[in-house]
Amino acid sequence: MANFLQSSIGKKVLMSITGLFLISFLVVHCFLNSFIFFNDGGVMFNEGAEFMAHNPIIRTMEIVLFIGIILHIVQALILTLQNQKARPIKYAVQNGAANSKWYSRSMGLLGTLILMFLIIHLKHFWYVSRLTDEITSGEETLFGEMIEVFENPMIVLLYVLAMFSLGYHLLHGFQSAFQSLGLNHKKYSPLIAAIGFWFSIIVPFIFAMMPISIYFGLIK
Amino acid sequence: MSTGNMNLTLKIWRQKNGKEAGNLVSYQVKDISPDMSFLEMIDVLNEQLINKGDESIAFDHDCREGICGMCSMFINGRAHGPKEGITTCQLHMRSFKDGDTIVVEPWRAASFPVIKDLTVDRSAFDRIIAKGGYISVNTGNAQDANNIPIPKTEADAAFNAAACIGCGACVATCKNSSAMLFVAAKISQFALLPQGQVERETRALNMVNQMDEEGFGNCTNTGACEVECPKGISLENIARMNREFYLANIK
Ligand code: HEM
Ligand code: SF4
Ligand code: FES
Repeated sequence: MANFLQSSIGKKVLMSITGLFLISFLVVHCFLNSFIFFNDGGVMFNEGAEFMAHNPIIRTMEIVLFIGIILHIVQALILTLQNQKARPIKYAVQNGAANSKWYSRSMGLLGTLILMFLIIHLKHFWYVSRLTDEITSGEETLFGEMIEVFENPMIVLLYVLAMFSLGYHLLHGFQSAFQSLGLNHKKYSPLIAAIGFWFSIIVPFIFAMMPISIYFGLIK
Repeated sequence: MSTGNMNLTLKIWRQKNGKEAGNLVSYQVKDISPDMSFLEMIDVLNEQLINKGDESIAFDHDCREGICGMCSMFINGRAHGPKEGITTCQLHMRSFKDGDTIVVEPWRAASFPVIKDLTVDRSAFDRIIAKGGYISVNTGNAQDANNIPIPKTEADAAFNAAACIGCGACVATCKNSSAMLFVAAKISQFALLPQGQVERETRALNMVNQMDEEGFGNCTNTGACEVECPKGISLENIARMNREFYLANIK
């Protein structure tokens, strides 16, 4: 097992499994946050958040999620460093656009942008809801916190740009994860690619609409 | 100058040996026929250099018909030049225009060290093959072929994988200098056929381990290798290799 995880393919498999796990988290996160679109002053959304904050299964998954992200990032770092070492002298001219998509060649950069966003994002919501008593004391709701954070247009812009990074990361990552796992099939791969394509557009779009609609007062 | 012939500026990587640093040097060639192959154009330049008493440009070539895989040249940022599905020897000067500047570099990878100018040492591939890119053959008469029926789709997939000529364009093109396409082709051609079953697991394990040991990078599935491979080896082979490798690890 240790040998397997040290091999190039083993590292890719781990990358792919953690990536898919992060994708499954996105589905849940996006679904629950969409409760704000009920536009009921955050009642449904706060109930959902309340449930998530006290459910022991969810709290355990939160820990697994952190481990998943860290593994994903550590593997990304190791792979990227090894890949750079594999070509010490660069080409004077390399026409990457002729044979591949820019975002498939920029996974490290896109991932770093996502990571920077994640830190800010966790500070905005996770820190406040889990590590302070602002919400448990009833002084503030998570929805109220959201409305407050998204009053700042720079933060709204930051969230929207981060969703572009996520979208492009997934545009390559979604189908790449299946290829890494050895799942490449004449019949099913085009289907996976299509699902990945729409997932990479729809999920970041829904996420981006949250700060946008709050900023413009569409959701109160 | 006959019609359609061209004058070109070439910027070619010159490097005395593996130890000294190299650099791009500019050369002019005149009256190049569009019907010449790229290698013949380099031959013309070399003749020019030799006549002047300069050292000719070292480059690998052998068959000059797209089957040996020797003619490694990274031309204007692409392995084997601007066209797909061909080697450098199959590239014709009609793919360029009069007045063009053409940059020619060697394959770049830590695992393919430069020997001189445009020639690189690809023996890392040989060492990978030596770890399992073969089958054991029993002595005695070959049995009747009808005893081992092989589905046509499998036979075709094995044949397509076996088309790999070991040119290294996949490594040269890959942003990570990954050799996955090459190794995947070599593992696939045997994994698909009955003859390859005996060493199936050890082959996958040993060849992948040797690939890693040689210092090739890790695949990120950009798909560039598949586009630049002169023999159209597909990414399906890499997926197959990944399966072969982790299944062999589980056993
Ligand atoms: C919600 C966040 C994220 C999701 C859903 C996600 C998802 C994925 C997926 C599915 C893959 C494809 C795996 C494969 O090719 O086998 C991938 C690859 C990658 N991710 Fe992420 N990722 C996320 C965050 C990050 C972060 C924070 C970083 C870096 C700091 C990162 C860096 C990378 C890199 C470098 C790759 C390419 C690795 C490779 O193809 O070998 N990702 N990601
Ligand atoms: S897979 Fe294609 S590009 Fe790579 S060595 Fe074989 S023939 Fe050349
Ligand atoms: S010289 Fe043999 S393939 Fe080009």
